[in-house]
Amino acid sequence: MGAQRKGATRAEDSDELARVPLQAILLADSFATKFRPITLERPKVLLPLVNVPMISYTLAWLESAGVEEVIVFCCAHSKQVISYLESSGWFSQPNFSVTTIESHNSVSAGDALRLIYERNVIQGDFILISGDTVSNMSLTQVLQEHRERKKKDPNAVMTMVIKRSKSSPITRQSRLGTDELFMAIDPNSKQLLYYEDKADYSKGVICLDKLLLTDNSSISLHNDTQDCYIDICSPEVLSLFTDNFDYQHLRRHFVKGLLVDDIMGYKIFTHEIHSSYAARIDNFRSYDTISKDIIQRWTYPFVPDVKFGGNSATKLERQGMYRASVVQSRSAEIGPFTVIGIGTKIGSNTKISNSVVGEGCTIGSNISIEGSYLWNNVTIEDDCKLMHAIVCDGVVMKSGTVLEPGVVLSFKVVIGHQFVVPSYSKVSLHEQPIKQDSDEELEYADNSSGIGEPSCTVDKSNGVMSSQLSEEQSQPTDELGTGGVGYVWSICEGSHEEEWRHSIAPIPADKLAEAMQTTEDDLELITQDGSVLPASGELKPDCIDSDDDDNEDSRDDSIDFEKEVEATFLRAVHENIKEDNVILEVNSLRLSYNKLFAECAGAIFYSMMKLALETPHTSASELCNNAVSIITKWKKLLKSYLNDIDEQIEVILTFEEMCLESAKEFFPVFAKILWHLYDKDIIHEEAVLKWDDEKKDADDSDKVFVKQSEKFIQWLREASEEEEEEEGGGEEEEGNQE
Amino acid sequence: MGRGRERESESPRNSRSLCSAPMDFQVVVLAGGASKKLIPLISKEVPKALLPVANRPVLSYVLELLEQSNLKDLIVVVEGQDAAVRVGGWISGAYVDRLHVEVAAVPEDVGTAGALRAIARHLTAKDIMVVNGDLVSDVPPGAVAAAHRRHDAAVTAMLCSAPVSGPSESGSSSGKDKTKKPGRYNIIGLDPTKQFLLYIATGAELEKDIRIQKSILRAVGQMEIRADLMDAHLYAFKRSVLQEVLDQKDTFQSLKQDVLPYLVRSQLKSEVLLNGAPQAEENGNEKVNFQKNQVMVSRILANASTPSFHEFSGLGTNDSAPRTHKCCVYIASNRKYCARLNSIQAFSDINRDVTGEASHLSGYSFSAQNNIIHPSAELGLKTTVGPHCMLGEGSQMGDKCSVKRSVIGRHCRIGSNVKVANSVIMNHVTIADGCSIQGSVICSNVQLQERVVLKDCQVGAGFVVSAGSECKGEALAKKEK
Repeated sequence: MGAQRKGATRAEDSDELARVPLQAILLADSFATKFRPITLERPKVLLPLVNVPMISYTLAWLESAGVEEVIVFCCAHSKQVISYLESSGWFSQPNFSVTTIESHNSVSAGDALRLIYERNVIQGDFILISGDTVSNMSLTQVLQEHRERKKKDPNAVMTMVIKRSKSSPITRQSRLGTDELFMAIDPNSKQLLYYEDKADYSKGVICLDKLLLTDNSSISLHNDTQDCYIDICSPEVLSLFTDNFDYQHLRRHFVKGLLVDDIMGYKIFTHEIHSSYAARIDNFRSYDTISKDIIQRWTYPFVPDVKFGGNSATKLERQGMYRASVVQSRSAEIGPFTVIGIGTKIGSNTKISNSVVGEGCTIGSNISIEGSYLWNNVTIEDDCKLMHAIVCDGVVMKSGTVLEPGVVLSFKVVIGHQFVVPSYSKVSLHEQPIKQDSDEELEYADNSSGIGEPSCTVDKSNGVMSSQLSEEQSQPTDELGTGGVGYVWSICEGSHEEEWRHSIAPIPADKLAEAMQTTEDDLELITQDGSVLPASGELKPDCIDSDDDDNEDSRDDSIDFEKEVEATFLRAVHENIKEDNVILEVNSLRLSYNKLFAECAGAIFYSMMKLALETPHTSASELCNNAVSIITKWKKLLKSYLNDIDEQIEVILTFEEMCLESAKEFFPVFAKILWHLYDKDIIHEEAVLKWDDEKKDADDSDKVFVKQSEKFIQWLREASEEEEEEEGGGEEEEGNQE
Repeated sequence: MGRGRERESESPRNSRSLCSAPMDFQVVVLAGGASKKLIPLISKEVPKALLPVANRPVLSYVLELLEQSNLKDLIVVVEGQDAAVRVGGWISGAYVDRLHVEVAAVPEDVGTAGALRAIARHLTAKDIMVVNGDLVSDVPPGAVAAAHRRHDAAVTAMLCSAPVSGPSESGSSSGKDKTKKPGRYNIIGLDPTKQFLLYIATGAELEKDIRIQKSILRAVGQMEIRADLMDAHLYAFKRSVLQEVLDQKDTFQSLKQDVLPYLVRSQLKSEVLLNGAPQAEENGNEKVNFQKNQVMVSRILANASTPSFHEFSGLGTNDSAPRTHKCCVYIASNRKYCARLNSIQAFSDINRDVTGEASHLSGYSFSAQNNIIHPSAELGLKTTVGPHCMLGEGSQMGDKCSVKRSVIGRHCRIGSNVKVANSVIMNHVTIADGCSIQGSVICSNVQLQERVVLKDCQVGAGFVVSAGSECKGEALAKKEK
């Protein structure tokens, strides 16, 4: 610890600037709702983690890492946070000043940082963390790296701490229960180039800007790192938040915002830690994982048998068992990796393993507790069974109750006799907020005020309980047992699917199998898409699915476009709209669909022909006459898109396609209509001749129409060769055609 | 295609020689035909494969490289019947006792995949190595074959460092060079051990954004994306896989742009290994079982030696066998020489390198002056031939000539006061007095009359440059009739 502090000071001395104390901003609010319903009554940072409030781990680490000033930003339950800091003596540490900033209307980290910027308390580089971070890393190296980079490049505003940790390819989440993370990092400079955390599962590819590789000859892409949410920031970060008032989330908005913004050129770098520990408690699963890491001493010196930040000393025994002074029956068995707090009484024949039990708990006889977290003053009567549950302060479990994996019992809930609480249930004395906003951005800070004070808790009559539960689908039990107190929160639609991901319970086998199946299916999808795509030609088959999507899109686009043009044209016909206005409309369609003139011409021609087809007719010649009259009438419209020979050819090709597919009725009159198009000066002879040339090498099946118009083409050729005879030839031809 | 019939009668010999091949590798050398990029250097008389590099056909470099790795069972595929006859004639003369070479003609413009399709029934070995005939390299193909075998890969591609020094002309305009980055040939994704190929982009894709399949990244955890490597167009394929792909994907034209990316993309969800069985059914069930067993055994072996992410990602699937195949790479060390003769610039560069920095490739022993002058060549008074030069058999030079960093072929007659620098002069070229040739390529039987000045020109075979002409950056050739 001493060495670390010295290191930090030395790094600072090398700075030419006046010495500024090393500061940290600690956000004592996660701005999320993942720990509800517990966090309705107590802020997340004060939840006990192996019997010590989370914030103590963070503060103790900051102190040991040489931070001199911590600004604690409190929002939700700010009074509780402040009073805890007071009572635990964090305000009165030598060489370590803790100050608080209170806010009642911040709903995001962005708001918090904007407020801190207004207060003007940050003097230099600072460490930005949230109060639920557990770490024992040394900041010396990362600070030094950050400062050196900053000196060379003032745009290097942030250094993110990352750690290797492979997320499971099956469940696509890390061991901390967070979503898988995709990052691209420059292997030499360690600059962060790409960050994708909220994985969009439907998207099977990562799309990296091609420009990334023009600056770097290699990039390393990671799916095996974890973001520790420890950031070394320059003071500019705060002003960036102020400039971009819509930045809310540190990662989703700020980091991604900087990465895509190439005007300002701000850069984010990463620092990978290898041997030290750093993790953030994001959800119940990370609560479980980190608790186990603490018990297994990965976070040393922040372990239960070392005193820091106001924990009571416990003694480490064999097999990772920590026990304070405990009243324990002889026949009680305490298994490995278990922590038992002071003043807890344990009855006979009770088995506890892989669990944490707080202070002053009363645990009866014949109880089995496996992988669970019991906080303080919990009373468990005889013959209960707890599996992977979190039980908050003051909970009473009457005899014979069973907690199935993943249950969370909030403060002072009472579970009735013989009651079985089903998996993943969350029980609280507070009613579930009616407005279920799945948006994580919406904070309990402001929501909690609407929920009401603990006084509103009522002893549940069975009636209320059953009505509450009847809303849940297929919930067989309709109460918390006789004498039970509390509401069972219904699992809201959206998060139900994800409940098993973030719970402390191990992932059930069927979910794993399901996830595996999705993985398989995904792969199937990708390869299938790949094989569907024409392999050679313009579109190289690499970008498979998404490229295919693009194709699909553009195909849909074309169809949409054609439909729109047709609709416009028909409207013009029926309502006698002026050609100029139609042209305007089609032009705007062209722009909005990003089409070429040729495509417009094709679409208009298609609409005309379709109209001709729909006009009643009895014979082919009548149809031909229909078509000719429509063409004559809307000549101007069509011509305004036929400036070029290519566009004219496009019209011929469209026509050809129609004759073959959608409007076979035109088949016999193709040559006639072509001649009329020529006659009306819509299609020039060069276009016809070029079309003929293009078709020369085609298959015979493709040449039907060329054959049909052979005479006409031949005449055109002769005419162009002997220009003088053009007049006579034309008349002659006209006679032939009609 | 007449050749094909001829080959069939030879097939008994063919299979015999296969059994004796130590590695059970068949090599297909794609010697190409008339490449448009190389006009006017190539002509009917000189197909691409026979273009001289340091006075011997470029194809000989590949053949000898393969010979060194003991890969002696070769099929040389040439586009066009005439070219095939010429290449075949040369090979049978030069390598009659050393290699077992068959020359097959395929129609022009079928692409590399098409060429393999055309000769598919002659492929019998377990693994097939495909190499371009224009490769000039000292990377041992045996090492690629070994890497292929070690991982039991479906395909192994050889990668080499992309040449950093672009065309020499751009050296002069260094200002522009800064905006232009060194040549980009491929974008390649590798696993951290640099053994497996996870992503490859070629050609037009380089202009698009890079799109990486998440499933592959998930399986491997970390991927390195490199822009400084080049696909050297030397591949080892598992024959069953190659034929499967060629049969099923009849639109695939190019190995580099279609087949390889397809295999890389589908490596975690292999279609080729699964579909391998039904296809073989025609040949009777016994063979199917045998093949299946082979696949299983090789899988088990592969698992035992080098477990890779493929196995892990395949684990736990309900299918008994993981449906993955491996795409491997062999990355040549950047000290090795590796270049492809596929442009005029490359032709000049390779000629310069083979007589210069990569002189060990030429197979000649250089003199104390670091050049090679054939004993039968005659030099006039005060004529100097600098280092890194080559003067072929029976060539004569007049007085006061100077030759710098150039290759001069056989039986050339060069007058007096001729300066040749950074150029390649092929055989039977006549150069009159006072000519100056710089950075140019002069094909066979060309005649340069007095005082011709050529800078950065290419002169096609048999062309006559009239006296006193001065040309810069032109391609001079006879009109093809």
